[in-house]
Amino acid sequence: MTDVAHSNAAVLAPDLAGHNHDPHLAHHFDTPDQQYQSGKLAMWVFLGTEILMFGGLFCAYAVYRHNHPEVFEFAHRYLDRTLGAVNTLVLIASSFTMAWAVRCSQLGLNKPLKILLALTFLGGVGFMGIKTIEYEAKWKHHVFVGSKNKYRNDSLKGVGKPVDSNTEFEEEGAEVEPPAENKLSAHKTAPGAEGKAEASHEAAAKRSDVGATTWGRGIVDPNAGTPDEAAIRPTYADPGGLAAGVVPGHHGEMHYADLTDAQRQHVYTFFSIYFMMTGLHGVHVLVGMALIAWIWLRARRNEFGPTFFTPVDLVGLYWHLVDLIWIFLFPLLYLIH
Amino acid sequence: MSAITGPIPFGVQDTAHGGGHAPGDNYLNHSRGIKSWLLTLDHKRIGLMYMIGILSAFALGGFFAISLRTVLWNPGPARGASAASANAYMDLYNHLFTLHGVVMVFLFIIPAVPAIFGNFVLPLMLGAKDVAFPRLNLLSFYLWCGGALFFSYVLLSGVMESAFGIKWPGGFGLDTGWTFYTPYSTSKAAGAVVPATLGAFILGFSSILTGLNFVATIHMLRPKGMSWFRMPLMLWALYATSIIQILATPVLAITLLLLAAERALGIGIFDPALGGDPVMYQHFFWFYSHPAVYIMVLPAMGVISELMVTFSRKHIFGYNFIAASSIAIALLGFLVWGHHMFVSGQSPLANAIFSLLTFAVAIPSAIKVFNWLATLYKGDIRLKTPMLYALGFVYLFTIGGLTGLFLGALSVDVHLTNTIFIVAHFHYVMMGSTLFAFLGGMYYWWPKMFGRMCNENWGRLAFLIILVGFNLTFFPQFIAGSLGMPRRYATYPIQFIGYHRSATFGAYIMATGLIIAGLNLLHGMLRGRKAPANPWGGSTLEWQTPSPPPHDNFSTTPGPVGDPYDLHGIVEDKKTGEWYRLPDAGKPRTGPAH
Repeated sequence: MTDVAHSNAAVLAPDLAGHNHDPHLAHHFDTPDQQYQSGKLAMWVFLGTEILMFGGLFCAYAVYRHNHPEVFEFAHRYLDRTLGAVNTLVLIASSFTMAWAVRCSQLGLNKPLKILLALTFLGGVGFMGIKTIEYEAKWKHHVFVGSKNKYRNDSLKGVGKPVDSNTEFEEEGAEVEPPAENKLSAHKTAPGAEGKAEASHEAAAKRSDVGATTWGRGIVDPNAGTPDEAAIRPTYADPGGLAAGVVPGHHGEMHYADLTDAQRQHVYTFFSIYFMMTGLHGVHVLVGMALIAWIWLRARRNEFGPTFFTPVDLVGLYWHLVDLIWIFLFPLLYLIH
Repeated sequence: MSAITGPIPFGVQDTAHGGGHAPGDNYLNHSRGIKSWLLTLDHKRIGLMYMIGILSAFALGGFFAISLRTVLWNPGPARGASAASANAYMDLYNHLFTLHGVVMVFLFIIPAVPAIFGNFVLPLMLGAKDVAFPRLNLLSFYLWCGGALFFSYVLLSGVMESAFGIKWPGGFGLDTGWTFYTPYSTSKAAGAVVPATLGAFILGFSSILTGLNFVATIHMLRPKGMSWFRMPLMLWALYATSIIQILATPVLAITLLLLAAERALGIGIFDPALGGDPVMYQHFFWFYSHPAVYIMVLPAMGVISELMVTFSRKHIFGYNFIAASSIAIALLGFLVWGHHMFVSGQSPLANAIFSLLTFAVAIPSAIKVFNWLATLYKGDIRLKTPMLYALGFVYLFTIGGLTGLFLGALSVDVHLTNTIFIVAHFHYVMMGSTLFAFLGGMYYWWPKMFGRMCNENWGRLAFLIILVGFNLTFFPQFIAGSLGMPRRYATYPIQFIGYHRSATFGAYIMATGLIIAGLNLLHGMLRGRKAPANPWGGSTLEWQTPSPPPHDNFSTTPGPVGDPYDLHGIVEDKKTGEWYRLPDAGKPRTGPAH
């Protein structure tokens, strides 16, 4: 009544115990191809788990962005598009060299293999280097993760927690904390149209005060006038600028002062998600770089050739995935309209 | 069954033909020294090392269970106790139930069947020499140990703080419940939440890598002739389990990572004080943890399918349906997580959909139960110890499953949410089902693992004690729960005292039974009668190799590979207790199996 009933007298492969001369063939596989296919299957499954792991973060991103689009629009201006774009290009280039390296290992071209792996590794170094610059800017700008984030305290104020880090920021002077924000969040406890209007005026007035500050590369202040301002924040008068997608009168040009208290509670959420996503991705880049270094060392020993290139192939798959995740992260985090 | 002429014993034949193995050489004594165990790539040894670790965790979790039941013997702290001592009483209870849950779920029940039996029998059932990636397998084991180490830290920090007043970084003990619900776990909880979540995170990696290994093994190492529908049902169950491990665990990983980052670094994704959403945590958590309950029960169901065939002396009924229902449970299990949040402010539409899907999961589960019953029907049933556990499984799983339907029904769930009715329900499914299948599997494969038989009478007695103790513990909780007794409360109104004392008393009885069962296994391992290759009359490939198996599993090629449950011509030698396949029945049947 079942499939099993239709069995023939099939037998197992006769030579399970036979010894093979391929040094890379493990004793429990019959053929190198079976071994290669097993590795490949496992790697693809593993990449699936990686995607699912990031999937949780993408899910959190989608929910919060859907609920608070204007907050994301505001907060994402802290990110430097140029650096993000350069990093995207760096990773794509390194994926290209990786794919080329895999082909070289299959063809047994060991010298180009080593060079291409080294280039791929350098791509990783470049990516992490630029990422470090970006993180450093966040640190200096007080939008780093945790208590180093100035907006975190505005979140906490809403539920009556003690606020102690204003003093912390004051040490570095006016350049870091547009004073408008402090005043606003200090005396505003509930969202109200009247209070908001008043606050906006006040903020607008203050904004013009904080103009001539010097910011390092990658430091972008969405509120105060900065050297980067023109690049990131075209005015209402020029809807054809870079931020043409921001329709005046809809959410308008998002300033912190324009956000309600409820919205302000979520500014920090953006940074939480940003740092978790890019941080976890960065860890993956580091792991990928370690793997590439390992493969490179093995390539130096001439281990790879047309009969055995599984490790190069699998590391290549992993590296492409890391690249692919960034390709999703970049527009989602840096190019919000 | 008489007239056995020239029987060919499965195992003896192998050693006689000699695939290079000295008689008496097996995987246990193939190489010696602690290093040969700790660095082994042999799936059988890894399985045994898992067993030592997992059973230690079980003993620890059991200790907490007994302790928390002991606390509940009285309705609350003594009359006239100071506020401080009353607080300490509640605090102790919170720690005890949390640690019981965390240890039992993450360290015992999730890895139990896949890591022990999966590792030991999966390659044997395939007639393979090992799993696809032996080194990865060893890595999984050490990841399990790493996770266990973090949990040890949690436990020790609790002991150090409460007994000696020494503070360890990270907090002490754990009192969040095994679900680590936010925002309590990220803000107020005094427990060592970060070490615990990191421990669970690492255990998740172990689980993922094991699942990945099994999937690759089943895909790539099936012998010629073993099509998907000629695999033993245990392998179907392990395959389905592996799929869940692979698909669900990464989501838990990111959830726990966010939780740990939130507590340690202060990011704000789940904490409402930081603009986060605690219900999102619940969604993330249950997206893993509901499928995880199927990680717990599916491999157990695989064990039961094997036991039902061997001890009913009858071909499995509805092979295709049992195989497909494993996959159906695995897939449907992903779509029902919302039923944990019926009262968490989910939209009524979502509630209705999740409720409907929850009912749908009952269908494949019921298919399995009915097919097992049909297998028993007109079978030649042998009430050996493993079979008793299998029958106990069917009985307890039915109760656990049907009460799950009560909880899946929206209106009833609103009443029963957070009562000990739920505690009773999932203990019937997790403990009554999975633990019983686990013990059944232990008694079934023990002779294969150690080459010795256990005492049947003590085994049966222990089963009986456990069964009685189990029902005495958990059945009253159904009643108390439906009367409104909340779960996770250290105190209760006096009218519940009868239910609670019955439960505590039952827990002691169950512990006694478990100790007897454990001692019997230990005695069997050391002093038991020598086991033949096939002591139960099983028809799957692992019974074709000697007990215990040689280092590389099979001296000669096992086979023929046909219908895995073809019992035709397998008969018992009454004198030695060994089962043989009659030589003239060597060709597997091609017609209908019964």
